[in-house]
Amino acid sequence: MLQVWVIVLASFLYLGVLFGIAWYADHRADHGRSLIANPVVYALSLGVYCTTWTFYGSVGRAAANGIGFLPIYLGPTLLFALAGFILYRMIRVAKANRITSIADFVASRYGKSQLLGGLVTVIAVVGVIPYIALQLKAVSNSFTILSSYPEIVMPASAGAVPLFQDSALYVAMILAAFTILFGTRHLDATERHEGMVAAIAVESIVKLVAFLAVGAFVVWGLHGGVADVFARAAEVPEVARRLTRADTSAAYGSWGTLIFLSLFASLLLPRQFQIAVVENVDVKHLNRAVWMFPLYLFLINLFVLPVALAGLLHFPAGTVDADTFVLTLPMAHQQEGLALFVFIGGLSAATGMVIVETIALSTMVCNDLVMPLLLRMRWLGLAEKADLSGLLLEIRRWAIAIILGLGYLYFRVAGEAYALVSIGLISFAAVAQFAPVVIGGLFWKGGTRDGALAGLAIGFVLWAYTLLLPSFAKSGWLPEGFIAHGLFGIELLRPQHLFGLTGLDEITHCLVWSLLANLGAYIGVSLVRVPNAREARQASLFIGGTDLSGHLAWSGSAGVADLLPLAGRFLGRERAEDAFMRHARSRGLNSVEELPGDARLVNFAENLLAGAIGSASARAMVSSVVSEEPLGLDEVMNILDEASQVRAYSRELEQKSLELTRATAELRQANERLRELDRMKDDFISTVTHELRTPLTSIRAFSEMLHEDPKTDLEQRSKFLGIIVSETVRLSRLINQILDLAKLESGRAEWTVNAVDVDEVIHEAADSLTALFAEKRVTLDLSGLDKGLTVMADRDRLMQVMVNLLSNALKFVPPDSGMVRVGADGSAQEVRVSVTDNGPGIHAADHEVIFDKFRQGSGGTDVLTDKPQGTGLGLPISRQIIEYFNGRLWVESVPGAGACFLFTLPRQAGDNGKKF
Amino acid sequence: MIRTRLVAQRLAFLFLLGCVFFNYPLLSIFNQGGSLFGMPPLYAWLMGSWLVLIALLALVIEGMHD
Repeated sequence: MLQVWVIVLASFLYLGVLFGIAWYADHRADHGRSLIANPVVYALSLGVYCTTWTFYGSVGRAAANGIGFLPIYLGPTLLFALAGFILYRMIRVAKANRITSIADFVASRYGKSQLLGGLVTVIAVVGVIPYIALQLKAVSNSFTILSSYPEIVMPASAGAVPLFQDSALYVAMILAAFTILFGTRHLDATERHEGMVAAIAVESIVKLVAFLAVGAFVVWGLHGGVADVFARAAEVPEVARRLTRADTSAAYGSWGTLIFLSLFASLLLPRQFQIAVVENVDVKHLNRAVWMFPLYLFLINLFVLPVALAGLLHFPAGTVDADTFVLTLPMAHQQEGLALFVFIGGLSAATGMVIVETIALSTMVCNDLVMPLLLRMRWLGLAEKADLSGLLLEIRRWAIAIILGLGYLYFRVAGEAYALVSIGLISFAAVAQFAPVVIGGLFWKGGTRDGALAGLAIGFVLWAYTLLLPSFAKSGWLPEGFIAHGLFGIELLRPQHLFGLTGLDEITHCLVWSLLANLGAYIGVSLVRVPNAREARQASLFIGGTDLSGHLAWSGSAGVADLLPLAGRFLGRERAEDAFMRHARSRGLNSVEELPGDARLVNFAENLLAGAIGSASARAMVSSVVSEEPLGLDEVMNILDEASQVRAYSRELEQKSLELTRATAELRQANERLRELDRMKDDFISTVTHELRTPLTSIRAFSEMLHEDPKTDLEQRSKFLGIIVSETVRLSRLINQILDLAKLESGRAEWTVNAVDVDEVIHEAADSLTALFAEKRVTLDLSGLDKGLTVMADRDRLMQVMVNLLSNALKFVPPDSGMVRVGADGSAQEVRVSVTDNGPGIHAADHEVIFDKFRQGSGGTDVLTDKPQGTGLGLPISRQIIEYFNGRLWVESVPGAGACFLFTLPRQAGDNGKKF
Repeated sequence: MIRTRLVAQRLAFLFLLGCVFFNYPLLSIFNQGGSLFGMPPLYAWLMGSWLVLIALLALVIEGMHD
């Protein structure tokens, strides 16, 4: 079953599934439904800490010296107990400053120094390469062993295999291709990879389950439980040696050193920083990880010692490499499926590490090493190029390929001399060099760029001299005498007994020298001078946790016109525009163009760029377009010390009071409008009362006539009663219409449009006013009415208009001699109605004024005639109604010669476009 | 995350507790032959105290909302 093609196919299928998961997670993220915004996924993705070192190497380490594999996992447990002090702050700082890598973090902390970012990148790349070599070695070995099933054959040493038959080379190439597909598909302003994190979380589950499966198989399948394994081991003296540790102070010292070392490594390894800090979706997820990640480590270590002991018991000493027990034990018992599953588990451990590590390193190489150099080479003209986002991706892809290439090279050169864990420890010791500048940078404000540079440089040199170079020497690439007799044969310079220090294992020896020198140089050189302005600002950002951005970052200014194209060059036009738009919205503006070219905008642009090209390069780029006066030391110190805190508060207060003034002005305006509306409401009520009085008067008149003259004949009486009834009806209608007016004003009026006979409406209106006309003895002449004129209109509204016009006329004609004439005629398009009286007439200047609402209600100016009567509401309502039906209402009059009110209505209602 | 200083202090205490659990001199007490719960004493102690520490971490973190 375990032919080569089956193993290869299973591997590719597995990688394909991972890719599918990543794609799906990216897809979800693009639609705003993040798959990884979950504390459990976060805790699982932290499991990237467990690589093939854990999966294969731990058993090998346990077979060599028992429980000695464990400190590597106790350290991270302790780190997470300190999460509130360290990780929590790092995540907050990284989010606020768009930190994209550990190099970016250090560079940013010490004044955005490009030099420092570059140095950290070099250390990280050189330091991590052995670690990558370890993964290649583990995968290629496990592949070789599994493919020779059913025999168990140890792979030949890497140097002995011709280059193109070396499976590690192909593993490296496949992993490079896979990583490039995974991590460099597009450029993200925050350098986050949702799909990758989802895939890593899944891989964490796979490798854990695979290891637990082997453990369960070995403990319960091959033996009678954990106690049985230990009991049998105790019987064999050669194996029983692993059950206890050497009881010497050196052994306890190196034990403690490893706990301490792994504590820092789980924080400072580029991939751990990437997953724990950069990819963190929500700082709250850290809560769950505090116990869940240690629990994960606990579970994956549960069976390490039993498996190692079982392997030692099972295989004759020296025949099988203990690093492969996890795989060879199931193979030796013909568990083909389990063996394949283990291989996939190991592949998970390797791919997870390689993907995240190389993506993190490639980001650092691109942002902190290559881009700053390229941007410095002015003859390349990069700074003027329109779009650099493609170039950034290209650099990262090459970086991934080169890093894996270097990993392979190290594997060929030095991979054979060491067990898996020993190779990994070399890398751990390298990244531990970051500890003083990172931890110190989080707690001590006095650290300077020079101190950080000095500490890192000397720590790195000592690490290389005491650990990296000896690994080359042991592999025969440097003369053996280098280790035995020191550089140039000087005994004091023996790399593993530097200055005669003996009695320590090589890792502890390296750490003692390198970290002592590192810490000493960092603090010592930092104390040579006070931090300069920029360092002090960054220190307060990282330590104080106060957000001084916007106040301090830039004193100069630059407009959107400069900054947007700059961001667009690195992020791509669309992404940059999106980001600026969001920024504009967050400031309550509607478009990017409205953004003021102030310090806040500049700071925003720098942060945005920092996500793509690192903080140091971002600063350099932004400063090329910003016309700033660099902040003087005094200025910054002023703002930092207490007195200026107060000043900052007072500035805030000033701003607040400014806002208050603005709000007050707005309130005053609103108040004035309210008062105006209130006055209009009073006017409205007084005029409305008039409208109600007209029908009431009519009802009262007829009722009194009936009441005072009981002898009225029946016919007359029923006519009067009929009028009273219809007037009452009209009154209630009127009240409804007054309510309507309110609706009309608010645009919520209802209209019932029918074909209306104009002649009939006029007669009905006239009938309802007969009593009033009779009372004032005014003649109403209805002889000028053409028959059969119809319009599309609301009957009640039209009636209302007629009554208004007639009663209006009646009011102004003289008693006894008064005369009101109504005429109606029509053309094909429209109907025209006129109401003519012989009253005093209206001044030309007032012809429009009388239609103004409430104008008369004010009472102060008597615009109509010298005889103020009326309300002024009737005419405006009438005009609104007529205009609603697309008609016109106007007056023709000469003072002293009466007035003629005319309106026209179209025969067809048309679309009643005019709304009130 | 760490809402109160109290929770942060409890975690810091657990950090120190872990340092003591996992180091000399406590380790030397268990670094001997024989068996504890069917396991070598050193192994039983380390795995056991590790699990207890994790449980305490969980207790402090998950209980902090109360």
